[in-house]
Amino acid sequence: MINRRFDRRTFLKGSGAGLIGLSTGILGAVPARAEGLTIGILYVGPRDDFGWNQAHAVAAAALKEVPGVTVVEEENVPETIAVAQSIESMISLDGAKLIFATSFGYYNPFVLDMAKKFPDVQFRHAAPLWTDKDPTNAGSYFGQLDQAHYVDGIAAGLSTKSNKLGFVAAKPIGTVLRNINSFALGVKKVNPAATVQVIFTGEWSMPVREAEAANALIDAGCDVLTCHVDGPKVVIETAEGRGVKSCGHNASQAPLAPKGFITGAEYKWETIYKDYAAKLGKGEALPNFIGGGFDLDFVQNTPYGAGATPEAIAAADAARADVKAGKPIFVGPIKKQDGSVLVAEGASLDNYAPELNATDYLIEGVVGSIT
Amino acid sequence: MEDVGLSTVLLAMLAGAIRVSTPFLFVALGECLTEKSGRINLGLEGTLVFGAMAAYAISFETGSPWLGVLVAGFAGMAFGAMHGAICRLKGVNDIAIGIAMMLFGTGLAFFFGKAYIQPVAPRLPSVELGFWTDNPHLAKALEVNPLFLIGIALAVAMWWAFKNTRIGLVVRTTGDSAPAALALGINVDLVRFLATSAGGFLAGVGGAFLSLYYPGSWTEGLSSGQGLMAVALVIFARWNPLACFGAALLFGAAGALGPALQSVGITRGYHFFNAAPYAMTLVIMILSISPKRSLKGAPGELSITK
Repeated sequence: MINRRFDRRTFLKGSGAGLIGLSTGILGAVPARAEGLTIGILYVGPRDDFGWNQAHAVAAAALKEVPGVTVVEEENVPETIAVAQSIESMISLDGAKLIFATSFGYYNPFVLDMAKKFPDVQFRHAAPLWTDKDPTNAGSYFGQLDQAHYVDGIAAGLSTKSNKLGFVAAKPIGTVLRNINSFALGVKKVNPAATVQVIFTGEWSMPVREAEAANALIDAGCDVLTCHVDGPKVVIETAEGRGVKSCGHNASQAPLAPKGFITGAEYKWETIYKDYAAKLGKGEALPNFIGGGFDLDFVQNTPYGAGATPEAIAAADAARADVKAGKPIFVGPIKKQDGSVLVAEGASLDNYAPELNATDYLIEGVVGSIT
Repeated sequence: MEDVGLSTVLLAMLAGAIRVSTPFLFVALGECLTEKSGRINLGLEGTLVFGAMAAYAISFETGSPWLGVLVAGFAGMAFGAMHGAICRLKGVNDIAIGIAMMLFGTGLAFFFGKAYIQPVAPRLPSVELGFWTDNPHLAKALEVNPLFLIGIALAVAMWWAFKNTRIGLVVRTTGDSAPAALALGINVDLVRFLATSAGGFLAGVGGAFLSLYYPGSWTEGLSSGQGLMAVALVIFARWNPLACFGAALLFGAAGALGPALQSVGITRGYHFFNAAPYAMTLVIMILSISPKRSLKGAPGELSITK
């Protein structure tokens, strides 16, 4: 069964290459070069979605500039058996020695199965899921984007007039909730009277509902919007169209909002990808589990747009420097929405505190519910 | 506080209905015309997506969004014509062809649309119908796109034309009984070909609204099944163009329900409210089926009712 599928895939790849004229299919027909390193990257959506996938694709483009490195990419790979098939053809046809699987749902079982099947290939997955029970040629890498959202929150908190900020979120999973909380902590630090209202769309990518959510938040009085969805294009454009300010997410959305863009929270996967390529080139082992924020240059803020006031810029720059130096974001007193204490007065949580990885709550000051 | 919340939700649903309904309306009118002639074109989802891509691309390349709308219409017409031409062959099932056309249309749109995800194209202008109110939210809700108004006019025109014109009679006869139409000397295949083409044109225009007005950008997940829901909506509307308009508004409002409720603080169970349009599609399907009778108003030649 697997073989038959594999053949069909090979055929499709070959014929697709003939149609387009240039594709990995043709390159894949000849054996991979002995020298050099081939790296395979899989995306769950289009590479130019102004969001999650684009952030990885930008890094992949930077990786291609490294001499001796060949990058093979496949976009729109659903979180199904298609992952395994794509990985298999990247390894068997293109000779990939390192696979970056960039979508959450790729990991279990697809990346794990492939890691067992190809023990001499390295697999790295972009979410903190690896445990020491998993194959040692697999691993996780992730950026602590909430640090950049916190800096966004500082700038946004100084930009609101209505003291209401809006957050369009996809699904109430840990990473998303943590970004919302950190954004809200940034806002409250500079503007204690402000609240952050969140609307969950329930899907990673649902443009019409994202636009509806953005409009609903603006109708409810929010005058600064940000989001955590796969492709923030629609949210940022809707905010700009309605004349409110916005903060970006995942990749740079600055060109979409020439008037109201403040700044954005971006990944900088390039740092990790280039580092891994260099390590493999030198024959060094790759880390199995690595995560970082500003300190490791894994995340960054989008260059300030026209919506950022000098005051906001100064405060955000200072906050970023603080986080980079290791100052905590979660400084007490912080309560959860239900009133229970998360961080006591005078205490604080480290930016990499393990309990933050399992965020399943929103903090006080955030309006909205997880369920 | 309760009152404020309720009026906000109602206003948001009204605004949502106006914003979201236009693509539903155009696809539904196109499908209504096609089904009245006796064929089902399930491919309109693909036509919608391709129309969205074509309109965005043309608007970006030429700087004229209205030219984009026109090109989207003609691209949709080409898809409709293809469906119509294939379905006149012997032994071809129009539903199967429709599904094939749906995949073909979305695939082609993704293929050509790659280059247009990044650029920002000029969008369609809006008409301010809210000049009489000082409530800024109401004024915003009443800011409508000319295509919405054209859609309403079209719904009325089609409703009138089905009843009162020769062309309307020809289409209805073809859809209700092909032998009767043949006896009248009507070229059944030609009528269906033209009706499917015209239906495709409308679906293409609906796509142009998605990419050029609301949400107003081209991304691959843009339609999220609206083209398919619009087909269900035609059945709900009992093949009546005026009812299509009402149903489109209702679907638009249902889509706005989830975000609107969350914005006023009713945040529990948002998954359910977000699923409202799909749940509604399902409920309508269940309510409107019966093994004992064919649907009132259903064209007799439709392959699902025959």
